[in-house]
Amino acid sequence: MKGARASRTTIALKLGMAISGIIFLGFVLAHMYGNLKAFAGHNAFNEYAEHLREIGEPMLPHEGLLWILRVGLIAALVVHVYCAVVLWRRAARARTTKYVVKKQTGATRASLLMRWGGLTIFLFLVWHLLNFTIGKVNVQGGATNDPYNLLVDTFDVWWLTLIYIAAMLALGAHLHHGVWSAAQTLGWTGTAAKRQRAKTVGFVIALIVTVGFSLVPLGVLAGVITK
Amino acid sequence: MNLTLKIWRQPDATSAGAMHTYELSEVSPDMSFLEMLDVLNEQLNDKGEEPIAFDSDCREGICGTCGLMINGEAHGPEVTTTCQLHMRSFSDGETITIEPWRSDAFPVVKDLIVDRSAFDRIIQQGGYISVNTGSAPEAHSVPVPRDDAMRAFNVATCIGCGACVAACPNGSASLFMGAKITHLGELPQGQPERDSRVVNMVAQHDHEGFGGCTNIGACTAACPKEIPLDVISQLNKDLRTAIKHGH
Repeated sequence: MKGARASRTTIALKLGMAISGIIFLGFVLAHMYGNLKAFAGHNAFNEYAEHLREIGEPMLPHEGLLWILRVGLIAALVVHVYCAVVLWRRAARARTTKYVVKKQTGATRASLLMRWGGLTIFLFLVWHLLNFTIGKVNVQGGATNDPYNLLVDTFDVWWLTLIYIAAMLALGAHLHHGVWSAAQTLGWTGTAAKRQRAKTVGFVIALIVTVGFSLVPLGVLAGVITK
Repeated sequence: MNLTLKIWRQPDATSAGAMHTYELSEVSPDMSFLEMLDVLNEQLNDKGEEPIAFDSDCREGICGTCGLMINGEAHGPEVTTTCQLHMRSFSDGETITIEPWRSDAFPVVKDLIVDRSAFDRIIQQGGYISVNTGSAPEAHSVPVPRDDAMRAFNVATCIGCGACVAACPNGSASLFMGAKITHLGELPQGQPERDSRVVNMVAQHDHEGFGGCTNIGACTAACPKEIPLDVISQLNKDLRTAIKHGH
């Protein structure tokens, strides 16, 4: 092909998905660590939240580092969603006549759920930011300026916990395939042994993230985490 | 064996197609799948109907010409080509759905025959090495480590049948490209054109309208030559290296 550019290929889009995905993974693990502080009680949790805003002071302004991270995450989100939409549309155009009968031999359920699962996670993200960051919605009508109390008030409501856990299952499925898929896209799985290792790592990370995030809302419902 | 066959019929590339149902009796379990279709075609001929068009050539599983979607699986339930699939893999009274490969890059020519020249055009973009003709060089002058040679040989078994594309939910030809990239990339003779090969082949792949790979693995499960998924990792790695080298 005349003038073919490596950066214009579908594989370059996949690299975009993989790298932005790894950024999200780092964020998700750090976020999970912060959430688990809820088990240490009201003050520890709120101090952690406040400390996030003070890191780097006085070199950085208040919430300085937080905003640097947020800008990075928004950029990663734009890349991840853009690449996903382009690749999704390409895949739809690649087979416009569907099979009458099609078996998904060799495919895991998680691998087939990446696109709709990703959309589910995105919708949850919007709700989650409205709930805890931008809108600060307290469905119980209590105070919203106290992170720990907002958390307890939220997950005391069973259906909010249900939405949250459903989203964490979607995230777990996404990571189960996404982690190994990113390793494959980056060319790190050149042998059968490395491929198996990447799949194991993907499963373990998915398990850690899903369980780790679900512990806090379940802890609230079970009365382990209280105001 | 008595079978009910649901087969895609399409008179030509521009006409609309549809599934047709045929009843076939007294099928021997020792017949190959294509022989079973031959028997059906003889009956259709006797009745003055148009026989079902399907691709086949060597019928030994080495040429890659045959290829049918059988009950939703490329080349059917066994890990082999359609010609090497036998009717003993099916049960008496079974309904078998037979469709052509479905990919917009592989347009249907007639009935079950698709045009796979998109693969040829991908190969033309780099599935070769450039050497001057003349007397063959001394074979031992270019040593190749055994493991590299074995990997190159193993993935060079790709017969270009297109089952990977047919099975892929994204309609991607990454396994096919990965096999060629790995085959030539493992050998010293493949090194001079390594970067341009991967970039040009992937660009042609995208241009043909194949989808992107999402590492589902349906391709390798369908591959009659058991090309492993790690060739796609190699493909990705070679493209990433080409980006680094400024391609």
